[in-house]
Amino acid sequence: MHSVLVVALAIIYISPVSGQSPTYGVGREPSPQEIRVWDIAIGPDGKELPEGGSTAAIGRNVYAAKCAACHGKGGKEGPYDVLVGGFQSLTSARPVKTVGSYWPYATTLWDYINRAMPFQAPGSLSSQEVYGITAYILYLNGIVQESETISAQTLARVRMPNRDGFVADPRPDTNGLGKAGRAKPAKR
Amino acid sequence: MGVRERERVGRHRRGFLRYGAALGAAFVGSHADPLYAQRPENSSPTLADSTKKLGAPVGPYGERARFETAVRRQAKTPTNESSWTFTPLEDSRGIITPSALHFERHHGGIPILDPAKHKLMIHGLVERPLVLTVGEIHRLPAVSRIYFIECSGNTLTEWEKPTESGVQGTHGLTSCSEWTGVPLSLLLIEAGVQNGGTWIVAEGADAAVMTRSIPLEKAMDDILLAYGQNGEALRPEQGYPLRLVIPGWEGSAQVKWVRRLKVVDKPYMTREETSKYTDLMPDGTARRFTFVMEAKSVITTPSGDQRLPSVGFYEIRGLAWSGRGAVRRVEVSTDGGRNWSDARLEEPVLRHAHTRFCHPWRWDGRETILQSRCTDESGYVQPTREELVKQRGLHSYYHNNAIQSWKVSASGSVRNVHA
Ligand code: HEC
Repeated sequence: MHSVLVVALAIIYISPVSGQSPTYGVGREPSPQEIRVWDIAIGPDGKELPEGGSTAAIGRNVYAAKCAACHGKGGKEGPYDVLVGGFQSLTSARPVKTVGSYWPYATTLWDYINRAMPFQAPGSLSSQEVYGITAYILYLNGIVQESETISAQTLARVRMPNRDGFVADPRPDTNGLGKAGRAKPAKR
Repeated sequence: MGVRERERVGRHRRGFLRYGAALGAAFVGSHADPLYAQRPENSSPTLADSTKKLGAPVGPYGERARFETAVRRQAKTPTNESSWTFTPLEDSRGIITPSALHFERHHGGIPILDPAKHKLMIHGLVERPLVLTVGEIHRLPAVSRIYFIECSGNTLTEWEKPTESGVQGTHGLTSCSEWTGVPLSLLLIEAGVQNGGTWIVAEGADAAVMTRSIPLEKAMDDILLAYGQNGEALRPEQGYPLRLVIPGWEGSAQVKWVRRLKVVDKPYMTREETSKYTDLMPDGTARRFTFVMEAKSVITTPSGDQRLPSVGFYEIRGLAWSGRGAVRRVEVSTDGGRNWSDARLEEPVLRHAHTRFCHPWRWDGRETILQSRCTDESGYVQPTREELVKQRGLHSYYHNNAIQSWKVSASGSVRNVHA
């Protein structure tokens, strides 16, 4: 009896977050290789980016072939989402939110193109192509040079113009009172 | 004066004529609709043909009555795969949305996922990464909860001027279901979250590979990994075979067709939480991770596109909900916001669920404006549009929970206005 207790205490002690030892024993443990294949999300520090790199000069042709029909030759002409320009527009009567004017992280561009574009053939690009197109869209926005290599090492370091444009959610931001003002004010 | 006969009358009047049945014989006897007595079926004592021949045989999967025509309506969007459809709230009864009418929002169409092949991976900052089959998830202790899901883009057309004509278009991106699934906390404890794990990245198996970052705290609190909706499996367009349901939070974070949950130490700043689903303010900054859907209500009858057939009694009915918990109070104004009176809240009144409210009203035939205003358990009161615009300007796009105004004209027609 005593030894059972000791073992139980030892398990509780070594588990990093107490109470988080498996209860149901469901599922199986994936291999590291399996996790690597599934794990396509690229965080803002870019540490999950695959090896490789490319330039806008190289990406230009891939963009023309695989993206321009829907986003325009210069990324501005549509018919779908505008990817380029809109600078200084966010405070105007017609804000134009693009990769250049609005997106805070360049890693998001790589991640999104890699997972979701081209719209009708998602997941069809090689990572080299994604580097090239990412570089090209950043170049069209005047954020990187045409010959600059955008790679696993450099992408997260690209400083986006609107990087500091985002704030935490401050709601409730209305005073909690309707027109007649009869109810108690809102509290957090 | 059976409900059946009434179903033949025009769509606009239909909602109101049905009230007669609920009001009881006394009121119906003095039926105010002049057309009512003129209809042959209402003056003749002939019994319905349906009693003289056998009905249809039993069947494997039910369909609604052929006379029922309420359908989802698609928004005008550049593509049909990244698009949305509105729930016909004006025809809804009670608090549950039929699964077939639950609003939709997809970014890359509806995938076809075989539950025998679909898997969920949980990894990242965990002691024991896991791959689970759908069958394994079905074996775990389950809960069922009634929750609304509202798209943060609901009512987005109404910031500047009244745009949509009816409540389906103004408010139809909210729906409410009973969801069945496993508390996400159970699976996260099973995998063992490591110190430093503060967010999860949730990823769908659709063509958009929809991805959102969600605070771990919420996941440990009340997020469901759902596989059931209103007593059966999720509909394909609602994430079959697995989705997240995040009580009270914006729909886009409630990743459908979920295939992967990665525990991480920071939000991943995906496209759907930077480029989209962020709220632009007049000073050019944008609010991010605006998850909570604040308290909101809307009158569903009478509402835009409907017509009051005559003066007299109507029950004003509507829906209220809040991402901060339960609806405590709904007030109704029948004079454009000068006077407010408490509506009756229909049971059940559940946290993070649609709540039905009702208010008796006698229309005197004069032009007026109908409004509803909701207060939730935190004390938050649904704001006017002016209050919201004062704080957020006209370009924040998402999270418009303003008081809705319906103008009743002297002819009885009802339309969407800004009061
Ligand atoms: C068949 C048309 C089509 C093609 C080809 C296409 N896209 Fe898109 N793209 C779209 C649509 C539609 C959306 C909006 C998706 C949504 O609503 O979620 C989009 C969105 C985007 C966005 C996000 C824009 C924003 O502001 O959030 C980026 C970036 C993008 N595409 C890049 C590309 C790149 C790079 C390529 C070429 C590899 C490409 N697209 C090819 C149709 C297309």
